[in-house]
Amino acid sequence: MTTKPVERVDTVTVRFAGDSGDGMQLAGTRFTSVTTALGNDVATLPDFPAEIRAPAGSLPGVSGFQLHFADHDILTPGDSPDVLVAMNPAALKTNLGDLERGATLVLNTDAFTPQNLRKARYESDPREDGTLDGFKVHEVSITTLTIGALEGYAELGKKEKQRAKNMFALGLMSWMFSRPTEPTREWLREKFGEQPRVAEANIAAFDAGWAYGETTEAFDHAYEVAAAELPPGTYRQITGNLAISYGLVAASQQAGLPLFLGGYPITPASDVLHELSKHKNFGVRTFQGEDEIASVGAALGAAFSGHLAATVTSGPGVALKTETIGLAVAVELPLLVLNIQRGGPSTGLPTKTEQADLLQALHGRNGESPVPVIAASTPGDCFDVAIEGARMALTYRTPVFVLSDGYLANGAEPWRVPDVAALPDLRGAVRFAVAAGANGENAEHGFAPFDRDPDTLARPWAIPGTPGLEHRIGGLEKADGSGDISYDPDNHHRMTELRQAKVDRIAGDIPAAEVDRADPGARVLVVGWGSSYGPIAAAVRACRAEGLAVDQLHLRHLNPFPPNLGEVLRRYERVLVPEMNMGQLRSLLRARFLVDARGYNRVAGLPFGTGELRDAIADEVAAAEGRGEPERSLS
Amino acid sequence: MPQVGDGASNGDARELTKKDVTSDQEVRWCPGCGDYAILANVQSVLPKLGVPRENFVFVSGIGCAARFPYYVETYGFHSIHGRAPAIATGISTARPELSVFVVTGDGDALSIGGNHLLHAMRRNVDLTVLMFNNQIYGLTKGQYSPTSEVGKVTKSTPVGSLDHPYNPVSLALGAEATFVARSVDNERQHLADLIERAAQHRGTSFIEIYQNCNIFNDGAFDGVRGNKPNQIRLEHGTPIRFGAEGEHGVAMGANGELEVVDVAEVGEEALLVHDAHRDDPGLAFMLSRLAHTPHGPTPIGLFRQTERPVYGDEVAAQLDDAVARKGPGDLQALLRGRDTWTV
Ligand SMILES: Cc1ncc(C[n+]2csc(CCOP(=O)(O)OP(=O)(O)O)c2C)c(N)n1
Ligand code: SF4
Repeated sequence: MTTKPVERVDTVTVRFAGDSGDGMQLAGTRFTSVTTALGNDVATLPDFPAEIRAPAGSLPGVSGFQLHFADHDILTPGDSPDVLVAMNPAALKTNLGDLERGATLVLNTDAFTPQNLRKARYESDPREDGTLDGFKVHEVSITTLTIGALEGYAELGKKEKQRAKNMFALGLMSWMFSRPTEPTREWLREKFGEQPRVAEANIAAFDAGWAYGETTEAFDHAYEVAAAELPPGTYRQITGNLAISYGLVAASQQAGLPLFLGGYPITPASDVLHELSKHKNFGVRTFQGEDEIASVGAALGAAFSGHLAATVTSGPGVALKTETIGLAVAVELPLLVLNIQRGGPSTGLPTKTEQADLLQALHGRNGESPVPVIAASTPGDCFDVAIEGARMALTYRTPVFVLSDGYLANGAEPWRVPDVAALPDLRGAVRFAVAAGANGENAEHGFAPFDRDPDTLARPWAIPGTPGLEHRIGGLEKADGSGDISYDPDNHHRMTELRQAKVDRIAGDIPAAEVDRADPGARVLVVGWGSSYGPIAAAVRACRAEGLAVDQLHLRHLNPFPPNLGEVLRRYERVLVPEMNMGQLRSLLRARFLVDARGYNRVAGLPFGTGELRDAIADEVAAAEGRGEPERSLS
Repeated sequence: MPQVGDGASNGDARELTKKDVTSDQEVRWCPGCGDYAILANVQSVLPKLGVPRENFVFVSGIGCAARFPYYVETYGFHSIHGRAPAIATGISTARPELSVFVVTGDGDALSIGGNHLLHAMRRNVDLTVLMFNNQIYGLTKGQYSPTSEVGKVTKSTPVGSLDHPYNPVSLALGAEATFVARSVDNERQHLADLIERAAQHRGTSFIEIYQNCNIFNDGAFDGVRGNKPNQIRLEHGTPIRFGAEGEHGVAMGANGELEVVDVAEVGEEALLVHDAHRDDPGLAFMLSRLAHTPHGPTPIGLFRQTERPVYGDEVAAQLDDAVARKGPGDLQALLRGRDTWTV
């Protein structure tokens, strides 16, 4: 406990920034853990370069981790950090523009050498040339102090000692924001269990950082953020990729089917493959194929064989899987396709976020090839979306696209641990055919693999090993019912309609679109999907706080849309669709419902800021009130 | 841990006949196509394998050959061009108890699907791969394939193909497939024997089957059909001899390369005795190099059969081991994790 005065604040945004070798992600993640454990609401934004190690000290090598925590529920990782910890000049340079004057800077002065300043393309030292005027600057010799704290560790080299400077920074921040220290010490002991001396050294660096805050006069008080009032329950911290992995395991258990995941490493999807590989005792088979095509192919083979099958990838991987997903449409087997979207086109921005694969998911196949599409809105929501995707795939025997993105994948938030007993029971969705006629179809002509369940239009799932149901499936068009190859024109038309009707029918089996209404008189509706949920909701909140009347709708089901969507949209004078793409959902809404939806579109590799969306919404409200059209080139 | 396949049979089915494994679909290959003979052969072998009909799965890619699954009354999956080994890997890994066949053409297996085939063989997935090699693309009407000889004139190579061809058996041995063989579409007994042994082999079995495409590449294998002097029949444990009177043989030359020799000159003791069960695929590889195209002395038969852990078994063993070590998964404990707090 600090002996200095403590100031209560309700919300803080901290960003750790340093070289990609400086361990900023680790420090940030750890800070997040103690912060969630304190009961604050938290949202995080890790932001790291695609290169594993760009040249040390260079601008492209900067890695950052931002977290926003508060005593109330929050929706975004924050627009503008209150505190920036910059481990070198490059970290200062790339991040300073995001800060407002008055923010606190903690600079590792040891790294402000002429060489590093040059690497960061500073012509003069920003600490001296007025660049930092108006900021609260703390110059701390983080590297020297860390090495000093580790004097007693003769067996550690200088480099190894330096490496602990992220723990010093973490210690300092833990002091500044009154985070408990023992859990971090414990965590370090466990992390370096095999090397107790390394654990101790890291703890020493961490403690030194804390003590520095406590003793130096530069910091005259610490801060405290009270616990948030979240709904009662047991909470943990979760990232989107972890949540999606757990969602798949849960779906497998709830369906009573073993899980088969086909993957091929790709950022930011690889962690799902890594995570699921750990859970073999849940009967989870993970297969790292030779490429994306093999991975989805193996998953489809597993689906044919009666497993809950999934494949996980990012946009370029989806491009490769396209032909196989089309085959899954044709053979009508359950298959989850998880796309953790990233910036594109092509390789694009591997470590940055974007939501620009919606149309790829909907239309990125040859022929009329309808596939249900759903999207997660928060890291924790990835869990529910995975289960919902499995439910749809199993019930309707269809591939299903589940969209997440880099921001959700790596971003963390507190997550109320679900009660397993309350999870959806998916066993009813699994009906392996055991005899001809088992699908409700007529059994007279023997087993007909393309007869359909009258309710769901799903065809029977007859898995190898079942006597009497031997049958052949494939990509060639099949005769309605018998499944024999058919080139009959009318049959192809009918099958095309049936495949579409099967997907359309899902609309009757999903919740209606529910608008978040604050004011019955709102004339503006903001419609979003996917990870922009947080920034949109925060911006809507900000507008409402200013007295603007605006309603919000966030879509989970993107194909089919909720049944009442058209009616909802038509209730509003103006519909604004913010998207981290050039207007993919907007064009769907315009085409489908003939509404004059406007867009707010920014494709920057980063989540929206609340401020920019607030302005866009306010403009829309002004326009609805006849105060002029907003100037937006993209709408 | 959830299990699938409660319906899977455990082998107590009645005796099958060829009729039982013949589907009601009309076979639509060109009259005279070698595929017919192979189909009839497979249909005659399946009942001998002691596998209940419902445990057979035939997976194929795209091509004339790939129509095969429609004609056998088993489970079947006619998939997409080149990808059958990948899909079959999923089936075999999910359900190691199934007897999974891949039927593929030379274009399907070695061109678009080359990568998947290599990886299935290297993993030793329990599959029986029947590769119908007609050295041409049949279904797309006569373009050269990765096994066509240099200079081949086809629709896409009007002045002759420049591509160096693969030798499929060399390729399979290079990928360390554990069962590698070659046969000819109309060598009834020879082919039947190999298919039976391939199906019984655990791991990836690869059989290259020379198949006549009488429409686009007629007679490509006439030089090695039916005990022609060029055909070398490999028999495990016997000296490698061939020729109308068995007058030729294969011996290890002084320079470390295999040599075709006159038996009368060198004596039978000098001949190489074929050992299909050597763990090192080197010698089998050398045998496969004797003929690059079926115009010189061409070995058919079993090149190699060895034991190596089977992919699907190993995957299943890892799951069992995890359960033995940690107990069956507890979903609530997983979701809860270790660092929780209560509000
Ligand atoms: C992605 C894709 N590319 C191309 C084709 C066209 N195609 C169908 S079969 C084939 C070649 C088949 O040749 P092979 O495997 O030798 O089989 P065969 O017809 O000779 O039995 C090609 C190129 C396709 N169906 N899909
Ligand atoms: S084109 Fe050739 S391979 Fe194809 S069916 Fe006809 S004869 Fe057989």
